Amino acid sequence: MCTTCGCGKGEVKIEGQEHGDWHRHEDGTVHSHPHAQGAEHTHDHGGEQLHIHRHADGTVHSHSHAHAGERAHDHGHDQLHYGLGPAGAHAPGMSQERMVRIEQDILGKNNEYAHLNRQAFAERGIFAVNLVSSPGSGKTTLLCRTIQALKGRVSVSVIEGDQQTAHDADRIRATGAPAVQINTGKGCHLDAHMVGHAVERLAPPDDSVLMIENVGNLVCPSSFDLGEAHKVVILAVTEGEDKPLKYPDMFAAADVMLLNKTDLLPYLGFNVPLCIEYARRINPGIRVILTSAITGEGFGEWLDWITAGAKAAGARKSQTVEALKRRITELESRLAALSGRP
Amino acid sequence: MHEMSLAESVVQIIEDYARREGFARVRAVWLEIGSLSGVETEAMRFCFDAASRATPAEGARLEIVELPGTAWCMKCSESVAVAARHDPCPRCRGYQLQVTGGTEMRVKELEVD
Repeated sequence: MCTTCGCGKGEVKIEGQEHGDWHRHEDGTVHSHPHAQGAEHTHDHGGEQLHIHRHADGTVHSHSHAHAGERAHDHGHDQLHYGLGPAGAHAPGMSQERMVRIEQDILGKNNEYAHLNRQAFAERGIFAVNLVSSPGSGKTTLLCRTIQALKGRVSVSVIEGDQQTAHDADRIRATGAPAVQINTGKGCHLDAHMVGHAVERLAPPDDSVLMIENVGNLVCPSSFDLGEAHKVVILAVTEGEDKPLKYPDMFAAADVMLLNKTDLLPYLGFNVPLCIEYARRINPGIRVILTSAITGEGFGEWLDWITAGAKAAGARKSQTVEALKRRITELESRLAALSGRP
Repeated sequence: MHEMSLAESVVQIIEDYARREGFARVRAVWLEIGSLSGVETEAMRFCFDAASRATPAEGARLEIVELPGTAWCMKCSESVAVAARHDPCPRCRGYQLQVTGGTEMRVKELEVD
């Protein structure tokens, strides 16, 4: 069991944002005051880091909340909450036992945020990819080379997820691409809500590529939809070829597997066909690309896959906009016809 | 996997309903957990105990209904039972399987005071 996932007094920081703390206490109470310390809380986001305190009981927003567009979070209250407690709401005299039907997905809240992210990406023609792997598979190096290679073809921005440090975002920024680091504290995965905030901060341009480098972990990120178009799992040949069987959920959730660090194959006993066979046992439709960020092997296919995805996202956006424009024209003509009536 | 996050989500769903439906205490919680969902039910129980402290769900009995894994075998053109993601089709021993059930993670119902 992963005892660190979202438990304990972990903290989430989104680099590049200044934000007050949001708290949810052990008793589940919700803040209705402007700020824990009574300080004025301006939500200016102009500073360096967003601190999201996640208490032992954890939290998720329960209010609806559009991530697209403006960066100021006016959530109707003065703090960002990952959740709202019961706030002492119980009706007196209610003592009889009764059954309450719930039928609700446990990940429902995450999925709602993922849906909002996906909608925002679709409206802006953003091709979002969620890169997942174990730590040390070479995600960041691969990403740096990918960004360099895509220069002049498509704009790329990056959300980096790690428990601690902004090292990876620094490495990405050194390539010239905009990047925001999310530090999950003790959390072992990014969730859709964190990504929504990071996207607000990052403000990726329309018709661009958004690479979300998840926390290095082959287990938990598989269940958390971030609103991405595809999950891409990266497996280094320095790992075992049976990783797809050992961590099947991730390989089942991914559409593409990058078998990375192939430049090291001559020094290893790694069985490439067996690894691919294992991956296809779990996910018969998974696309496999052999890559090396050192030699550039496989980059042609990988970059083509990205640019094709970006192009399709852009095309869908224009269809949406075109569809809306047609609808506006149609409604305007109907309105004109109606107001023209005596 | 991330049972603590999931347990926290369960508690939040319960808290939302507690406010909406006006109950103060939950006696029992029924969860439906698919056998391919990656959720370790014992870990879930442990985390639920921790996550439900000082909430209406504290001390509630957790009833976990495990749902079987099912998949569509493309070779057999038939729905088959699978116990794990890396299992072959029990009929043809092939791996051309598309999981169709068993990934559920739902709060089904509550018994409340």
